Amino acid sequence: MAYVPLADQDHEMELHHPKTWVGKYVWSQDHKVIAIQYGCTAIAVGVVALILSVLMRLQLGFPDEFSIIDPSSYYQAVTMHGMIMVVYLLTALFLGGFGNYLIPLMVGARDMVFPFLNMLSYWVYLLSVIILLASFFVAGGPTGAGWTLYPPQTGMAGTPGHDMGIVLMLVSLIVFIIAFTMGGLNYVTTIFQSRCRGLTMMRLPLTVWSILIATVLGLFAFPALLVAGIMMTLDTLLGTSFFMPAVIEAGQALDYNGGSPILFQHLFWFFGHPEVYIVALPAFGLVSDVLSCHARKNIFGYRMMVWALIAIGGLSFVVWAHHMFVSGMNPYFGFFFATTTLIIAVPTALKVYNWVLTLWEGDIRLNVPMYFAIGFIFTFIHGGLTGLFLGNVVIDLPLSDTYFVVAHFHMVMGVSPILVLFASLYHWYPKITGRMFNETLGQIHFWITFIGAYAIYLPMHYLGFLGVPRRYYAIGSTDFIPESAQALNANITIAVIIVALAQLIFFFNMIWSLKYGKKSDPNPWGAASLEWQTPQNPPVHGNWGDELPHVYRWAYDYSVPGAHEDFIPQNTPEDVEPTVDEEHFDPDHDKSKADI
Amino acid sequence: MSLASDLAAKPWESKGIIDQEHPEGAFGMPPEKVALWFFLIVASIIFSLFMVSYVVRMELPDWVPLDEPSQLWINTAVLILSSVLFQWSRNSIENGKTKNALIGFTAAGVFAFAFIVAQYMTWLGLRADGFYLYTNPADAFYYLITAVHAIHLLGGLWVWCKSAIKLARGASIQELSLSIELCTMYWHFLLIVWLIIFAVLANT
Repeated sequence: MAYVPLADQDHEMELHHPKTWVGKYVWSQDHKVIAIQYGCTAIAVGVVALILSVLMRLQLGFPDEFSIIDPSSYYQAVTMHGMIMVVYLLTALFLGGFGNYLIPLMVGARDMVFPFLNMLSYWVYLLSVIILLASFFVAGGPTGAGWTLYPPQTGMAGTPGHDMGIVLMLVSLIVFIIAFTMGGLNYVTTIFQSRCRGLTMMRLPLTVWSILIATVLGLFAFPALLVAGIMMTLDTLLGTSFFMPAVIEAGQALDYNGGSPILFQHLFWFFGHPEVYIVALPAFGLVSDVLSCHARKNIFGYRMMVWALIAIGGLSFVVWAHHMFVSGMNPYFGFFFATTTLIIAVPTALKVYNWVLTLWEGDIRLNVPMYFAIGFIFTFIHGGLTGLFLGNVVIDLPLSDTYFVVAHFHMVMGVSPILVLFASLYHWYPKITGRMFNETLGQIHFWITFIGAYAIYLPMHYLGFLGVPRRYYAIGSTDFIPESAQALNANITIAVIIVALAQLIFFFNMIWSLKYGKKSDPNPWGAASLEWQTPQNPPVHGNWGDELPHVYRWAYDYSVPGAHEDFIPQNTPEDVEPTVDEEHFDPDHDKSKADI
Repeated sequence: MSLASDLAAKPWESKGIIDQEHPEGAFGMPPEKVALWFFLIVASIIFSLFMVSYVVRMELPDWVPLDEPSQLWINTAVLILSSVLFQWSRNSIENGKTKNALIGFTAAGVFAFAFIVAQYMTWLGLRADGFYLYTNPADAFYYLITAVHAIHLLGGLWVWCKSAIKLARGASIQELSLSIELCTMYWHFLLIVWLIIFAVLANT
């Protein structure tokens, strides 16, 4: 069957044109509106998670002063904080928010390929968030089984939220996965089929590449959580024994028999580890574009960056059991997973080197997005290196249940992606809103957040070495933990409160600038990629006016020798490229750095 | 261009529109079909993980094999028939035989509904014999996996219904050729999945 690709049907592609306010801003099929809906919902639920973390820290830092939370609500806070941050904030904001906003603009399309499905994806996501938050209001409250939801603990009477809470959590996750699948199919299809003329795969900005790989990871990994979630729901509600072993509760044998909790762990982490990269890869991509733009230099080793994304994506499916070293596995099994875990450090380190080398000899503009992007390089190296410790079985065993692990994963997949989120929110704010944010407030926000992150997590590594166990409501007095550990805990809590309050500066800046911010130029950072070249700023429905753009070059033509400006937009034809000044032209100048 | 040479391209060297095919490197098929292919991969992973869980659970000591109802052979035949009819419908559209296409399309949907009803009847049969979801893990897996398969088929039937409504409202079957092509693909996929499920369930 002869078929004309979508991008070719420039004038025939039917966009949904809403006529009412509700159709435009509520039931919208415009990817930009959906992105903002996704973003605001994710950030709102993220604030809930932030508040929960402050409550936990108040308990840990000052166990005798505050009686806000009891042991049960502490575990509920731990669980909900973890799940919200990983799934409902980071996954949703990176892919639903930035994916939705940037993919069609960066590939030169008018919208996602399936706008209706895209809208549905958001509303189903919102439903999953509502179901999740509903668990705060049911009898017994939300589940307190930890974000990993390990059976048999989830279903035992001693666990808070063991009846309604866990069911709502599982149903919410299943609904979220349905939403993600709808969005994910859209992103992948749009990236493959809707690129505008001249935009080859290898001319895509790394943001699009990273979102593509992360989405594919999500599509392939979330089914494991879906399968585990469905089976656990049946265990909880209908008395099957997929995961629940024969178990005695308060002296009474329960009706379960013979299920395998380890099977759940395998399924959970077969999802759980790729999930780390579903969050990390978009951060890698976004930060690459922010760094390159504000360093006025092409990204170092573009091809390597793409290959590394693909390699990390592939490897992320064969490392899952490193989360289960303490579950009592065959040593050869552990050896295999330790090896794959260390191998994944190679492409990851390659990316770090390339970011640093992008900065090398760059014409660095130290504005707010750049601060956050450089901050990310620090925290990510830090969190990545402690990962090398924990990837080894012998080091993982003693450290696994201590604060060292808390410090590691917060540095590598908490603080780092969130710094990138801030970098990206500031970087694309002028595009999304048409206004500039306040630079000074942005810098204050950065320094408090960045230094605060170290004040919080650096001491936790030390607590971990001391052997302070994680997940405990209160440590009490032990022989091996000195009393000074409590002083450290109090300090961490104070840092947490300061960092949490500093986020108010961010919210104030974003909201205040919406109305009072200076009107922004269409391309205030002088970026070369396509989303900054829209005819209107912010882009209107349909994005590109009458004609779709044509792309003539990659997204990183910064500081090209001889060019009049220090960037050449992707849609500038080669023949209108400013001619070079022959005397000063060194043809190998640019190439030698990129040709890796 | 192959994937390898695509990924080896040096984007900083070449400027201009690279070749005439566009978007360059896109799959030569409608976006709906690309999305369906990805969805089939997702669904394969879901079914494989259920199968893996089934096999792992089977190894545990409390396993009591299930005596699969012999009615499943009939159900399988009904599903095969449904798939064959869809293929016939699709081929008829390509050959311009509108009437055959219409008959094939309608009958394929009817047989798919019949399969779901028949599957439900096997459930009733098992219940009548005292095998409930919670009786033992083999029963639980039987109900679970057949239900997940049926839900996927119901999703397909939803698209079938939408197409049928369009037909009833006067659309020609040629206008629906893409829907029918994709349904055919999906039906074949679910048939293959069912055959694998049946083989695994029967081999205990």
